[in-house]
Amino acid sequence: MTTPPTPQPQAQPQQAPPQAYAPAPQGAPVPQGGPVPPGGAPMAPPPAAPAPPSAWQQAMNNAYTSPIPVRKTHLGNALASEWTKIKSVRSTMWTLGVFFLLVVGIGLLVAGQTQDRDYADVPFTIPAFFGLVLGQICLITLGVLVTSSEYGTGMIRTTFTASPQRYRVLAAKILIFFVIAFVVSAGSILLVGLMTSGMHSGPEAGDVDWSGTVLKGGLYVSLLGVLALAAGSMLRHSAGAITAMLGVVLVPAILPVFLMISEGTRPLGEKMMDYNAINSLAKIFEMDGEGGGTSQLLLLVGVTVAAIAGAFALLEKRDV
Amino acid sequence: MIELEGLTKRYGEKMAVNNLTFTVHPGIVTGFLGPNGAGKSTTMRMMLGLDNPTAGAARIDGKRYAQLKDPLKYIGALLDAKAMHGGRSAFNHLLCLAQSNGIPRARVHEVLDTVGLTQVAGKKAKGFSLGMGQRLGIAGALLGDPEILMFDEPVNGLDPEGIHWIRNLMKSLASQGRTVFVSSHLMSEMALTADHLVVIGQGRLLADTSMADFIRQNSRSYVRLRTPQRERLLDVLHQEGVTVVEAGNGTFEVDGTPSEDLGELAARHQLVLHELSPQQASLEEAFMRLTAESVEYHAHADHAGSGAAPPPPGQGGDWGAGWQQQRKRS
Repeated sequence: MTTPPTPQPQAQPQQAPPQAYAPAPQGAPVPQGGPVPPGGAPMAPPPAAPAPPSAWQQAMNNAYTSPIPVRKTHLGNALASEWTKIKSVRSTMWTLGVFFLLVVGIGLLVAGQTQDRDYADVPFTIPAFFGLVLGQICLITLGVLVTSSEYGTGMIRTTFTASPQRYRVLAAKILIFFVIAFVVSAGSILLVGLMTSGMHSGPEAGDVDWSGTVLKGGLYVSLLGVLALAAGSMLRHSAGAITAMLGVVLVPAILPVFLMISEGTRPLGEKMMDYNAINSLAKIFEMDGEGGGTSQLLLLVGVTVAAIAGAFALLEKRDV
Repeated sequence: MIELEGLTKRYGEKMAVNNLTFTVHPGIVTGFLGPNGAGKSTTMRMMLGLDNPTAGAARIDGKRYAQLKDPLKYIGALLDAKAMHGGRSAFNHLLCLAQSNGIPRARVHEVLDTVGLTQVAGKKAKGFSLGMGQRLGIAGALLGDPEILMFDEPVNGLDPEGIHWIRNLMKSLASQGRTVFVSSHLMSEMALTADHLVVIGQGRLLADTSMADFIRQNSRSYVRLRTPQRERLLDVLHQEGVTVVEAGNGTFEVDGTPSEDLGELAARHQLVLHELSPQQASLEEAFMRLTAESVEYHAHADHAGSGAAPPPPGQGGDWGAGWQQQRKRS
């Protein structure tokens, strides 16, 4: 489309927009400044005569020639957007990189110190446990940052202006983060398991099935990350949410020591002992030789679902 | 088209926005004016569905913002130049916005080119100057090629070239038939860009008028007189039925009588005049008078009668005078 050299009030600018905006598949009325709005909304008094076409205006008119398809947005759009967001900030690479190094690095060190017979009745993935105890803090940090960094920088206003369906943004964040966290954590555990079994597959080692520990271990730390993401969305403050999550992980691991002193609080102390994050991971990796950790995993699922529900409930209510 | 209907926002006891009703029309630049803290940004956030109104509603083309499925194609907004993640590059910032609305990637390159940021598209946003951040924010607003554009204080912190660019941008966007809504606390800025004015103070609507009408109604012209013979001047003017206001420092201001008539009158009565000059109050003063009234009305509600009186003209006139002279020269 070329711009006529002389400004034609009303006529010229009105030719372009219908190409760009119509047709709206969802049937949304898209009234233009023109005389016949499709939506039938009352129109404004005629605008003032336009200024002579400046260089900028020509640029805009050129922009009109590339028609932007108007489509109804869906979760897929939000997922694509959140995928771009999470991979385009450095904190993702740092937290996941440190997580991977901790799990695989510590795992290799532990595997190197152990003998074949140590694996007689425990899974080969056990060396990954020690790295995960530290590494879970990386996933918690990333989970918090996925939501709270948007509030901290003000990006959230831009995000919600672009996607007023706030629940969709949060759902996309949870999905993208969970998939990334699970792939990285399960992958790291799998790698440690493979290397350990390669190093210690002598006749003294047992034949314990360790595929369950890869899935459950990955699931447990990924869910902790999702819980952190929900906490970040509710607290809207990076440092606050990370501190709160460290409390969730560490306090139930430390407090039982004090709760055990008194007879009255001992049952509570024992429950905390059983269900704290570190002990849950130990159970998942069959440190006590029993295996399991399913009830610990289910508790975390319950807590995470509750936190997500809280985050969704607050999301729509609050101003940003 | 943006319609506001009794839009109200209350924070505890404070009424940030109080029953605002007005319509922003397409094809013109509508200026949204008010002193700092008048509720401009709160109003804009409610228009964009970021804040929930206590009462009333804001509608974009007849719909609430939350009902828009691909809002970037209806409305583009620049709220805050720094409302972005500093660690993300300009391109990725725009890309994630585009993807959330299903806008093709090629459009990101186009808007970067439009605002002149193609060279720094791969740079992190935190290294950007205020002007570059402002341009990136505008690129985000233009992303969906929307018919409505909203800018909150777009010239804040910009250099003269950037201000000039934004003025032309807003005018050309409006001339294409788009709705352009821009807030500012500077009347002088609005006088150069806006065709229509919405003025608020203390969250209440003070004026909703065309720029031309506002200028006609509010640019008070008067004659300034200075004389050593104060009593005689007052006598003479009183006899002629001319109302005069004493402005301090031995100066007097007369409304509604041409300076020629006053000069001849003084000559007839052999009055010594040290000054006889026609004056025009600037729009900035008119704006200040308008908003000062609302401030005083709220602050001293118990003697509202005296509160509604305009402040003495000499007070605000001094700093407005320089701008006024500039206007005359240009």
